[in-house]
Parts: sequence; C-alpha cells; structure tokens
Amino acid sequence: MLRVENLQLTLNGKSIINDLSLHVNKGEIHGILGENGTGKTTIAYLIMGVNNYKPTGGRMIFEDENIADLSVSQRAKKGITLAWQEPAKIEGLTVRDYLKLGGNNFGIEQVRYYLGTVGMDPAQYLDRDIDSTLSGGERKRIELASVLAMQPKLAILDEPDSGIDIVSLPFIMNGIVEMNRRGSSVLLITHNEKVVEIAHRVSVLCAGRILMTGAPAEMSQWFKDNCRKCLHINVPEY
Amino acid sequence: MISYSVTKEYQGMVDAYEKAGGDRSALLNKEVAKLVVHGNKVLSADGVSGIKIETKETKTGVNIYFLVKEGAKIKHPVHLCFGVLPQEGLQEIILKVNAQDNSEINVIAHCIFPNAVKVIHKMDADIEIGNNARFNYRETHYHGEFGGIEVIPKAKIKVGKGGVWQSTFVLTQGLVGKLDYDFEVFCQEKAVAELVVKAYGKKDDDIRVWEKIHLDGMGARGLARARLVLTDRAKGEVRGETYGNAPYARGHVDCIELVNGKEAVARAIPIVSVTNEKAKVTHEAAIGSIDKKQVETLMARGLDENEAVDVIVRGILR
Ligand SMILES: Nc1ncnc2c1ncn2[C@@H]1O[C@H](COP(=O)(O)OP(=O)(O)O)[C@@H](O)[C@H]1O
Ligand SMILES: [Mg+2]
Repeated sequence: MLRVENLQLTLNGKSIINDLSLHVNKGEIHGILGENGTGKTTIAYLIMGVNNYKPTGGRMIFEDENIADLSVSQRAKKGITLAWQEPAKIEGLTVRDYLKLGGNNFGIEQVRYYLGTVGMDPAQYLDRDIDSTLSGGERKRIELASVLAMQPKLAILDEPDSGIDIVSLPFIMNGIVEMNRRGSSVLLITHNEKVVEIAHRVSVLCAGRILMTGAPAEMSQWFKDNCRKCLHINVPEY
Repeated sequence: MISYSVTKEYQGMVDAYEKAGGDRSALLNKEVAKLVVHGNKVLSADGVSGIKIETKETKTGVNIYFLVKEGAKIKHPVHLCFGVLPQEGLQEIILKVNAQDNSEINVIAHCIFPNAVKVIHKMDADIEIGNNARFNYRETHYHGEFGGIEVIPKAKIKVGKGGVWQSTFVLTQGLVGKLDYDFEVFCQEKAVAELVVKAYGKKDDDIRVWEKIHLDGMGARGLARARLVLTDRAKGEVRGETYGNAPYARGHVDCIELVNGKEAVARAIPIVSVTNEKAKVTHEAAIGSIDKKQVETLMARGLDENEAVDVIVRGILR
C-alpha cells in the first residue's frame, strides 16, 4: 500500500531522515518505534506532505503512485490522513463539525459512535469547540475520533498515546484496533514499546533510519535493550 | 393611520430583514416587542408588558427611549430593525435605555443596508443597567456589496451592582465600508460586562474598534473581545482597554486579527491598567496570517486549501 524507499531529508544542512525505507502492507498496523528526536514526526510530515517538508531524496509510493508532488488535500483525497502529535486547536469549529469534515456525509449517530469509541461522552463534547478550552488529551482523543470518522486507507498516527491519561489509554488503543478492523492500514508511531503490541509488524527507528523490522514482541525487546540506553539517539548525523 | 408608502416601506424592510436572515414571524408576533425604523421613519413600535418604547422622529433619524421596568423578565427577545434601503441616506439613532433593577431582557438588532452606496448609520446610545439587571444585546449588520457605508455605533453603558451587560456586534456579511465602533462600560460592584465584536473586512474596508471597560466596583468582571478577519486591502485596528479600579476586579482583553492577504493591515492596541493592588487585568492579542497548521489539519481531512481557510475564518467570526 505504501512504499517508502531510500527517503532522505536534509534541513538546514542537517540530515534528519537518512536513507529510510519502509513498507506498509494493506490491512496492517505497522508500528514505528523510536526514541525522542529520531525523526518520527518528520516521517509523518513527509508522508502527509505538511509543514513544507519535501524529501531531498528517495521515493514515496502510495498505491503505485508517487505522492511526493501531491498537495496535502490531494493525498487526503487518495485516502491518507494524519493524527498529529499535537493537534491544532481551532476556534469556532465544533467537535461535531470537525468529525463530519472528513466523513462522507454521515449523520449525527455516527459522530456519536466515533466519540464513544475513544471514550468520550457525546452529550458532553459534541457542541464544544476544538479550541484551547479542551485539554491536550481531550483534543488528541478527538483527533483520533476524526481519523476514525474519515475511514482512511492509511492512517498515520503520530504518538496517539502521548499526553493521554492512563484511564483513557485503553480507549485510544481500542480506537486504533477498531480503525484497522474497519479497513484502514495504520502507521502507528510511538516511543512506547507497549503501544506497538497491537501492531502486526514493527520497525525500529534510529537517527532517521529504519534499523530493522519484525514481530512486535521481538522489536520491543530489542528497542528496550538497545535504544533506551543508546547515547547517539539525538544525533542524526552519526 | 398608516399611509400607503409607509406600508410599502415596511414591506420592503421586512423583506430585506428576512433576506438578511431575520425571523419574519417575530416581526408579526404580538407577544414580541419590536421596533422597525427606516431612515428617519418609525414603521412600527410595539412594546409588550414590562417594556416601554417611545420614539420621536427627527430630521436625520429617530430618538428612542427604551424602558425595561423593574423586575420585568421579558420572555421573548425584543427585535429591533434599522435600515436604509435606498442607495443614499443618513440615519442617526439616539438611544436611551433604562433597564431597571432586577429586569432581564434579550435584544436582537438587525441593521440592514443592502444597497448602500453613500449611507451613514450613526448610533449614540446612553444605557443604564440597574442593580442585578441583565441585558443581552446582539447587533447584526447586513451590508451590500458596494462598500459605500459608514457605521458609527457609540455607546456608554453603566452597569449597576450585580448587573450584567453582554453585547455582540457582528458585521460579517457584505462589505463593511467604514466602521467606527466605540463602546464604553462602567461596572459597579460585582457587575459583569462583556463586549464582543466580530467583523470581516474585505476590499478597502476600514474597521476601527474601541472597547473600554472600567471595573469600578469591588469584584466587577469584564471581557473585551474582538475577532477581525482582514483580506484584500482591508484595514483593522482594535483598541481594547480595561481598567481595574477596585479590589478583586477581574478583566481580560482578548483580540485576534487574522490577516489573509499581503495588503491587509491589522493593528491591536491593548491597554490594561490597574489602580487597585487587588485588581487583576490580563490581555492577549494575536495578529497574523492564518495558522498553517490549522489549515493543514483540515486539508489532511480532504478539504482544499480555500475550503480550509474558509472553515477557519467562519470559526473565528462565529
Ligand atoms: N527545522 C529543523 N531544522 C533542523 N533540525 C530539525 C528541524 N526540525 C526537526 N529537527 C530535528 O530533527 C530530528 C527529528 O525530529 P522529530 O521528527 O520531531 O523527532 P521525533 O518526532 O522522533 O521526536 C530532531 O533531532 C530535531 O531536532
Ligand atoms: Mg514527534
């Protein structure tokens, strides 16, 4: 479904993504496990095409089409979407309207359903704005619900677990599994090896490069044993 | 007796009012107090129990005395409709409002200038809100696409102990023309004042907003909020002033101006001042182009860039 090959990004003379290759199969939850500063958000931005990030090398092929020159909207219309690590807050846009944006003309019952899936009471949230009156965690759960509502072919989830309280985390995990069950492939980006337990395959990211890809349990163990103690994590130009 | 031409004018106003999103049935409902003024003619003025509306036509407009009686809780919102339908005209409204103690009222005003090429609409309001009275005022403007209009609303509002004044001024449909808004509120003990202005400037629109809140009584609270969106060559300037003059007074000035286009110009001048050590006044002002991350957030859900900007602009002005 998505083939990223030899991707390269240099920013201000600094190499952030280094010869990165990654394949996401149709129907899979593909975990990316990486410490802080290893390039997780950068990969998400490159695939979605946001933040003016354009690869300085390599290819990104989605369903046999090179997407590198498509606008964000065009990529979204092809079925790619992103749940941001820190979603933007937008004054005057209600939760209800935000969830309806990406969906194909569904009714209020579906909006309620998606909110429920991430553990939010529709009665309490439907008419609230997705502005600064929401906590960071609430906004992130709404972000996941809106991705669910869009039913994308590929959902890029940038640290969907960070900033989420312990009580809400099961709802987030449930939402991701549900999204996948309904047909979305998922690129699940995180620094938490517990989160990738729900993935089919996991890739370990280090200094802007995929070190290895394998079964979740094995990759998590390797990550714990190596990346946690690694001293060059924040030095992409190793 | 109503003359034929007045009937026709009334019909014209009601039609324009409805086109502008007003509720026609409200103007026909006997239980709803209303006042319809075209130019310097009063086309209808109906009070209900608890309200008295007196009007006097002048050469250039109408003098209005509006009384809400002590303890009266007015069930239906009062509808005011001011307009000038021809291309040219001057309308000066002198408004005196007295909302007596413990009264409660909601007033919805529509100001309609669909064909303005050279129209001036002025309002000078002197408003007194009694102790523990609540007054909610929403004024929505509908302008045409010619921009030849000058809107000059000025109000001085005194809010008694425990009273509440909330007003929202909305000018987002059609061209603004020239707006010179100047509202000043004086709050006594535990009184609450909330001033909100929303305006959408396009082409050569010139928007000036001046919101002033004086928190003179202990525990008084104020919020001066402005939301401007400026495109093309539109200019906007917002002055938000709040003075904390009494213990435990709390005020906040909150201004956002979105600039969408290279030639639009936005200015914000927040003034916060405290003369009592136990008062606290804060301010935030954000001026700038539309946040790129917000736009891309919506684009990532499949909206085109223009659609995304539109959703953000509508949100800010809602
Ligand atoms: N504009 C930039 N210029 C230079 N370096 C940057 C820029 N943006 C991010 N980086 C660096 O790129 C690396 C990867 O960042 P990021 O993708 O945000 O990491 P992660 O999401 O894994 O925490 C970090 O070392 C960060 O400091
Ligand atoms: Mg990140």
